[in-house]
Amino acid sequence: MSDHAAAAHLETSTGLDSRKVAIWTFIGSECLFFATLISNYLVHKETWLSGPGPFPHEVWKSPAGQVFEPIIEIPLVTVGTALLLFSSLFVVLALANAQRGNRTGLLVWLAATIMCGFFFVGMQVYEFTHFVHKGLTLKTNLFGASFFTLTGFHGTHVTLGVIWLLTLWIEAFRGKIPPEKSLNLEIAALYWHFVDVVWIVIFPVVYLIK
Amino acid sequence: MATTALDQQRAHAASHTEPTGLWSWITTVDHKRIGILYGTTAFIFFLLGGIEALLLRIQLGSPNNTFLSPETYNQLFTMHGTTMIFLAIMPISAAFFNFMIPLQIGARDVAFPRLNAFSYWVFLAGGLFLNSSFLFGAAPDQGWYGYANLTSRQYSPGLNVDFWMLGLQILGVASLAAAVNFFVTIVNLRAPGMKLMRMPMFTWMSFITQVLLLLAFPVITVALILLMFDRFFGTHFFVPSGGGDPLLWQHMFWIFGHPEVYILILPAFGVVSEVLPVFSRKPLFGYAAMVFSGVFIAFLGFGVWSHHMFTTGMGPIADTFFSLTTMLIAIPTGVKIFNWLGTVWGGSIQYKVPMYFALGFIAMFIIGGLSGVMHASPPADLQQNDTYFIVAHFHYVLFGGSIFGLTAGAYYWWPKMFGRLLDETLGKLHFWLMLIGFNVTFFPMHILGLNGMPRRVYTYPEGLGFETLNRIETIGSFILGLSFLVFLINIFKTWRGPRNAPADPWNGATLEWSIPSPPQEWNFAEIPVVHGRDALWEAKRAQGGKVPEPARVSGQGIHLPHPSYWPVVSALGVVGLMIGVILEPHIGPWGIIAGAAVLFFGVFNWAFEPAG
Amino acid sequence: MEAHGSQPVEHTHPSSGVYVKIGVVLFVLTALEVGLYEFTYGEHSGVTGHALQPFFVPLLLALSAAKFALVAMFYMHLKQDSRLFTGVFLFPLIIATVIILALIVLEAYHFAFAASG
Repeated sequence: MSDHAAAAHLETSTGLDSRKVAIWTFIGSECLFFATLISNYLVHKETWLSGPGPFPHEVWKSPAGQVFEPIIEIPLVTVGTALLLFSSLFVVLALANAQRGNRTGLLVWLAATIMCGFFFVGMQVYEFTHFVHKGLTLKTNLFGASFFTLTGFHGTHVTLGVIWLLTLWIEAFRGKIPPEKSLNLEIAALYWHFVDVVWIVIFPVVYLIK
Repeated sequence: MATTALDQQRAHAASHTEPTGLWSWITTVDHKRIGILYGTTAFIFFLLGGIEALLLRIQLGSPNNTFLSPETYNQLFTMHGTTMIFLAIMPISAAFFNFMIPLQIGARDVAFPRLNAFSYWVFLAGGLFLNSSFLFGAAPDQGWYGYANLTSRQYSPGLNVDFWMLGLQILGVASLAAAVNFFVTIVNLRAPGMKLMRMPMFTWMSFITQVLLLLAFPVITVALILLMFDRFFGTHFFVPSGGGDPLLWQHMFWIFGHPEVYILILPAFGVVSEVLPVFSRKPLFGYAAMVFSGVFIAFLGFGVWSHHMFTTGMGPIADTFFSLTTMLIAIPTGVKIFNWLGTVWGGSIQYKVPMYFALGFIAMFIIGGLSGVMHASPPADLQQNDTYFIVAHFHYVLFGGSIFGLTAGAYYWWPKMFGRLLDETLGKLHFWLMLIGFNVTFFPMHILGLNGMPRRVYTYPEGLGFETLNRIETIGSFILGLSFLVFLINIFKTWRGPRNAPADPWNGATLEWSIPSPPQEWNFAEIPVVHGRDALWEAKRAQGGKVPEPARVSGQGIHLPHPSYWPVVSALGVVGLMIGVILEPHIGPWGIIAGAAVLFFGVFNWAFEPAG
Repeated sequence: MEAHGSQPVEHTHPSSGVYVKIGVVLFVLTALEVGLYEFTYGEHSGVTGHALQPFFVPLLLALSAAKFALVAMFYMHLKQDSRLFTGVFLFPLIIATVIILALIVLEAYHFAFAASG
């Protein structure tokens, strides 16, 4: 990634790189984005059970007698959660290797991060398709609407993160991430951790709390 | 600032000429040029919003008028509000952020020059997108705050709400990008010695504004996404028949909306806090109190939003809570007003045009603040809400406050930006016409509101006692319009003169006055070292009361960021995406995919653009 | 290329071993979250589980908060880095939490109000 020349050649007021300050500022702003989506989900929790189903944890019977089983599958999501957590570990190991100048270590751990992210998105896609088959869409009820919106936007953030990390992997492969340029990876890693941290909130709120 | 040997050396070397031509403006990453782009574009939108207002006032000038149909009226008042807030006040403030913040903190540019350009082009695209709705006869017509479920597909089947919703999203991208940029710039690019508590007040208030932008805009982004899903994908977030709650929209909107009004006023507070000291020849009274009151207003501004919802039946506990916080926020505001008065008291007042507007600001803003405190009482607001009393309040704070303040900034900084002083006599004429026109237009609205005239009505019957005041207000609005004509004449008349304004026509206190007018591309020949508040007054004191006129230097050896067209391309991608959304019923996902592709193409090339 | 701040900070970063240990803790905490759910509400939950139900949400949120803090402090290096970053992250988080709580309270009250007519 290219320099921002003005910031690079001057000493900054804080001694910190402007790009690192920028990504944290962006992350701070994104906290409000996800807070609003999570609020929306929680607020609509109260009015769901007027139906129609399906619902996450509750059985729902339609007036016609059709039974909708609870739709959430905890094992699948737990695996996804673990994948995302491990991806945070892997990216921080990749960064440590980048800072030490160990190109092989960087490539291995970064690849592992990307794979985890990729499979997380895969898990979500599978889950979404599965839910649609079971009769839950955006339109069906407010659970569907809030669920798909919240997790969908989170998944989009993960996907953009995967693309970003993949771009960096290619750069690393071409030897373009020596220790002096490890900040490029650090910035992407901070974004990636944030996306993980949002999931740390979403997982219990959506999947574990009734 | 004294010229050093190095400066003299550079002055003798060949001078660097600034590029000209359309392409240089399209690819510019220079904060000063971007500031001028913002200012010019915003002023044009301001005039457009003004024309919309004049049309409204013609319609309201007589009872049972048929000049405008109800539908057209709804479109005009919605666009007037949306334009004035998002396409006029905010980008005029952005023009000043752009031009002045780097100069005031002693920097050569903002932290991310290309991101800066990107913000401008996205803003321009958003403004054009919103206004293109007129071409389809489908301008937004649901009011600038778009209450649900009027905005649902059921009650607003046309494109109007879609244009509004997507237009605001585009503008949100511009604001967020700029906010990150200015936040980092102020945190990280201050000159040596420019501690936070030595920064000029305009920079401080702008800094707080960026924080508000960063925290408030994501909320409305989500609200607009949920609305979009309701309209395009059949969700029921705000639709009662599906279990949704229209009130949720109001909460989300005003959680954004209230901080938004502080975003609109804080920059003007900053300008006034610059102008009053310079034209009173006295430092700002209570600098620290001004900083902390600004911070307190911003923080507390997130705790008052439901005062816009007192009439929705939230219940006594919510009403009381928000009433208390709203009354509380009047305190730091009052602190500022007293500090401004304390600044002027005992000063050697220079009766120049910027000072006129700054003093006018104080008077008008006090009136607007007083009516605001009146709304803070839920029982009183029960009558006042949705009447012209509210319209009076917010015009006193937004026009009497923001516009008067920003106009003071325009006259104050004009010589720095354009190298020419605006004419004093025409400026004073502008002021008096504006002051008189403004008060004739908006003061009677207090009375009309208390007498029960509702807002957002396209006409009113005879015999309710509304006719005379409405007629007077309409006359006032044309006087107001005339004042801006005088301003335009002033601009054109002085533009034809030579570009020879001095660096420091007002005996300024801050660093922007230490460099030539207009500044050279790199701003400072040498980055200044700051020793205290009011850095330039400090320097003048150290040199026996004056500093010499700064020389123009060659700029050799000064590294500047390179122009780039990737910000424009990326901006086209953003707006292309939104156009794709609005066209989705006709062309499926292909517009969205194309827009996203252009955006990715632009961003990737931007990221990999060589620095050198 | 970097501002002078970032080079020295590197040397105080935790070793890879610490990162891995934290990863294991995160995994364990997640297992505890799911375990708590199963224990309290799961198909095979017993009397003790049901007795825990009123405490479920606070316990669960405490576990999540611990995970959040670990990732933020150690993986995102907030503990070692400049306090500016902590401030830039924490302030929005506080506002975000206030907004979430306020909306839950206001809307719950609103629905209750509306339902009671």
